[in-house]
Amino acid sequence: MASGPLPWLKPAVFTGALVPLLAIAYRAASHGLGADPIKEAINRLGLVTLAFIVLTLACSPLKTLFGWTFPARLRRMLGLCAFFYGTLHVAGYAVLDQRLDLAAIGEDIAKRRFILVGFLAWLLLVPLAVTSTKAMVARLGFQRWKALHRAVYAIGLLGAVHFLWRVKTPTAEPLAYAAVILGLLAVRLVSALRTRAPVRRLLG
Amino acid sequence: MSRRTPPASEITPEAVYLRRRELIRQGALFVGASAAFGGGLTWLTGAGSGGPPPDAAPLPSASAIVKPDAYRPKETLTPYEDVTHYNNYYEFGLGKLEPAENAHTLRPRPWTIEVSGAVEKPLTLDLDAILKWFPLEERVYRMRCVEAWSMVIPWLGFPLAALIEKLRPTSAARYVAFQTLLDERQMPLQAERVLDWPYVEGLRIDEATHPLALLAVGLYGKFLPNQNGAPIRLVVPWKYGFKGIKSIVKLRFTETQPVTTWSAQAPDAYGFYANVNPNVSHPRWSQATERRIGDLERQPTLPFNGYAAEVASLYRGMDLERNF
Repeated sequence: MASGPLPWLKPAVFTGALVPLLAIAYRAASHGLGADPIKEAINRLGLVTLAFIVLTLACSPLKTLFGWTFPARLRRMLGLCAFFYGTLHVAGYAVLDQRLDLAAIGEDIAKRRFILVGFLAWLLLVPLAVTSTKAMVARLGFQRWKALHRAVYAIGLLGAVHFLWRVKTPTAEPLAYAAVILGLLAVRLVSALRTRAPVRRLLG
Repeated sequence: MSRRTPPASEITPEAVYLRRRELIRQGALFVGASAAFGGGLTWLTGAGSGGPPPDAAPLPSASAIVKPDAYRPKETLTPYEDVTHYNNYYEFGLGKLEPAENAHTLRPRPWTIEVSGAVEKPLTLDLDAILKWFPLEERVYRMRCVEAWSMVIPWLGFPLAALIEKLRPTSAARYVAFQTLLDERQMPLQAERVLDWPYVEGLRIDEATHPLALLAVGLYGKFLPNQNGAPIRLVVPWKYGFKGIKSIVKLRFTETQPVTTWSAQAPDAYGFYANVNPNVSHPRWSQATERRIGDLERQPTLPFNGYAAEVASLYRGMDLERNF
């Protein structure tokens, strides 16, 4: 069944990725989410989403910095996990919190910048999830597919801003996520500039 | 088939048999890695759920409590467990459970309140002395948090108006400012600049002397648990919960409107008046509806939190969208 090096890795990450959902479900069933379980569940689902986006963004930098190649094999699954949890987060807000009151949801998106950026982040995740299969890479052509999937940088930043704008006072946790995401982007930027520099010299 | 020969289906294929150590190793790696990955994620994204805090002390005598019918709305009380484990009290942590976990460091006795400003005689009062002046009343009030959730809480306390009358403010006293204890050994998060400590709140003098304004020292027939603002806190039921300043050590009568903590921290979001108003949104959410803790549905938010008949006249002629 499993082949290649580290055959246990993908199934292990997949199984582990379900643990936060099981933990939230268990707590919801056992009064472990506090007095406002809907809000707490939505918040936790959002945090798990952001964690998966960070993990997805970390795959390339880990290769650049440490030469690790195994994270890149997990990237599609991590990205799909981000989409899965992000969709649960949005559904929790729309269905459990707002009871599908479309007028109220529309007003939230139009009037509240943290909801707008969060909603944009989720919207951007949709085409990436849809085009995550090998067949779609072939259909789009690798260059176009790659350009599309660069949207994950924007998703990461929107997600971090969504979290930052959500809290009442700037606290350590959203700032930490924002810092990590900016750090990961910086690693990619530096490595991109380095690899491009000789090309430009040749052309120049 | 003899008993010694197992059926073919139970015979481990040789290839698997030869790889048994490898398979066990792979299995262990799978279990270990998935547990570590899943556990790490769960821890990172919201583990905390603490044990119960020390329970609040019972009142010395339950006999002196009056229960006026005027303050008993026909609404379901929010359970004691939720009232005492879902708190915004940033001096003890930013999460809703953290105050219940951390507030054991607060020492609610002995406790004094310093009275200053525009009063005939500035003085420092001992809380136990104050408690002998007034009978304790049980009042069931709705509590509407600015975060769009609400509770129904049976408070124990006495009208702020009664204390103010005793203190004899001068005619210059147009506002009352309240201040929370400032002591980072008792309030651990005061060591961090989460807010501009100490917490300060204020009321116009006619709001402060309104019969609904309560100084609470207990809830559910017991003294206040520390996380709910022990030993004495303000309850102004027609205003958002953050006006209900906790663990009060100072009361100052002033001529000018005091600078209050949240209105200074985020003036676009939190006003001095902070009257519950479904028509004035918070920048990050609508105030038109609220979730009563324990309910899964939202319900409409009422102007002045349902106390409009009693308090709307205080604001006659004021633009409440500007003075939010």
